[in-house]
Amino acid sequence: MELNREENVMLEGGVEKTSSPWRNIWSELVKNKAAMVGLSIIVILILIALFGKYLMPYDPNTGVLAESLQKPSSAHIFGTDEQGRDIFSRIIDGTKISLRVGITAVAIALTAGIIFGSFAGYYGGKIDMYIMRLMDIILAFPSLLLAIAFMSALGKGIDKAIIAISIVTIPEYARIVRGSILSVKENEYVQAAKAIGNNDMGIIFKHILPNVMSPIIVRATLGISTAILETSALGFLGLGIQPPQAEWGSMLGAGRGYFYNAPHIVLFPGIAITITVLAFNLFGDGLRDALDPKLRK
Amino acid sequence: MVKYIIKRLILLIPVLLGVSIMVFVVMHVFQADPASIILGQHATAEQIEKLRQELGLNNPLYVQYWDFLKGALQGDLGSSLITKTPVVKEILSRFPATIELALAAIIIASIFGISIGVISAVKQNSIVDYIGMVFALLGVSMPIFWLGLILIVIFAVQMHLLPVAGRIQIGLEPAHITGFYLIDSLLTGNMASFKSALSHIILPAVALGSYSTAIIARMTRSTMLEIIGQDYIRTARAKGLVEKVVILQHALRNALIPIITVIGLQLGSLLGGAVLTETVFSWPGVGSYTVEAILKSDYPVVQGAVILLAVVFVLVNLAVDLLYAYLDPRIKYS
Repeated sequence: MELNREENVMLEGGVEKTSSPWRNIWSELVKNKAAMVGLSIIVILILIALFGKYLMPYDPNTGVLAESLQKPSSAHIFGTDEQGRDIFSRIIDGTKISLRVGITAVAIALTAGIIFGSFAGYYGGKIDMYIMRLMDIILAFPSLLLAIAFMSALGKGIDKAIIAISIVTIPEYARIVRGSILSVKENEYVQAAKAIGNNDMGIIFKHILPNVMSPIIVRATLGISTAILETSALGFLGLGIQPPQAEWGSMLGAGRGYFYNAPHIVLFPGIAITITVLAFNLFGDGLRDALDPKLRK
Repeated sequence: MVKYIIKRLILLIPVLLGVSIMVFVVMHVFQADPASIILGQHATAEQIEKLRQELGLNNPLYVQYWDFLKGALQGDLGSSLITKTPVVKEILSRFPATIELALAAIIIASIFGISIGVISAVKQNSIVDYIGMVFALLGVSMPIFWLGLILIVIFAVQMHLLPVAGRIQIGLEPAHITGFYLIDSLLTGNMASFKSALSHIILPAVALGSYSTAIIARMTRSTMLEIIGQDYIRTARAKGLVEKVVILQHALRNALIPIITVIGLQLGSLLGGAVLTETVFSWPGVGSYTVEAILKSDYPVVQGAVILLAVVFVLVNLAVDLLYAYLDPRIKYS
């Protein structure tokens, strides 16, 4: 994000006024209605994840078999599943898992991608070649297929799903970081930082990275939606989060055997996934527009 | 051009070697002991040890990898732990089903994606544009396996318009020529088979292609908007050309290079999505076979299928790169 101080100095009524780059981005973002809708949904989802236990009318993991596969009613607004569990409570409970996996997987992949991409871009030469060839190998797989292969080897469970999804997305971040670093590493401020005796780590993390963060932030926001979709896909295939814990994808997977007679069993978890992914996509798109000066009106 | 293709193919060798090493290591280091899987829960330690010796599992990992690589280069990816049949044979028999589904999905995605994108661009900021873009946004946000289930409920269970699952009605399989049922039934003039194969492929192809439709629509819209604003389009209009000719022959033709690239890249990613769609629709392809193998811990099958799909993915992406270089005269081969 090459938002130098000079760019943020605006002349208003002949008076020089300084505004922070983040305030500029926020003011751009606020104008984008779709992005604001996305952000509002994300905030609501976070609140549900944090305080969901107060919203759940029933225990999400305990069911009454005599009440299985009930259609939506006033007692169970989203109906019940094959084990008589309240689908609404399970969807509320599943929110924290989806957000946790999505955000943690992106955080891990982003950290690893920043380290690999920074080293490759800054040092170049053989380090660059080895790192990027490794990234090419990971990119040689359709990402979901590689995540499935990792899950089949690592075993089932939430932590393993996070690891699998992180590994397959590292190259995306590494490539963006490397490209951004290559574009700025010959700039004067980097040369100046070198000249005054900063060490390599200081130059990379204190001087270069803060200036190339915008494409990385946008990719990470959109990456959360991909991670949530992949988590649900692993759950659907029976490889992700294990029962009885509620996770939207595994709810869909478990409901497959019953959905001819009880379509509600797959309808609501799917809507929950779609709304969550949509929210991150809307916000990510808006963030990209706000951070890209070329798109500003 | 030939030199460039050869160079790109040579560069693929280290990537493919890396792919095989990665899959092999992941499968052998983290996977449960194959000898225990074959012998089951009641096997004694001696029996397991004896089988490990026979399978070469006590050899160092690099020796096992070398043996695997020698076999793979001769077309031998080992045998299924469950059925004992050669993995390559099993995968190849299912491969046409996966490719047929992926091609049907990309055809549907291209037709709808380009149409939506062009209409949205021409009618920018109108209600049609908004509807098109909301559709595109939903397409990238919806899990394809969920869309598959919903399509089954609506079109198969409720309306009885299309079959619930499978590739063709049992007993109607056409004579094997290419392995693609739609083509084989046409080649043999078997219209009953063709109708059955067509009705079976529509829902899975729509579900699998939904994400790609959305991506192609967004790409087409943004490329078309960029082109419509250029001088030569204004000139074409000023010459008095009909709007349809301006849009389809002048604008769309120039927008096709990036659109074709996106379509090609989507074709590769459909191979990953096929795992999910095939599972939902019980489509007898490589994807559903891989999932079945994972659930049964049949690691040679998983290993073989993942490597094969990765090879196809890499080759498709290379073909797209080459096509892009061929179509765009500004790109030089070097």
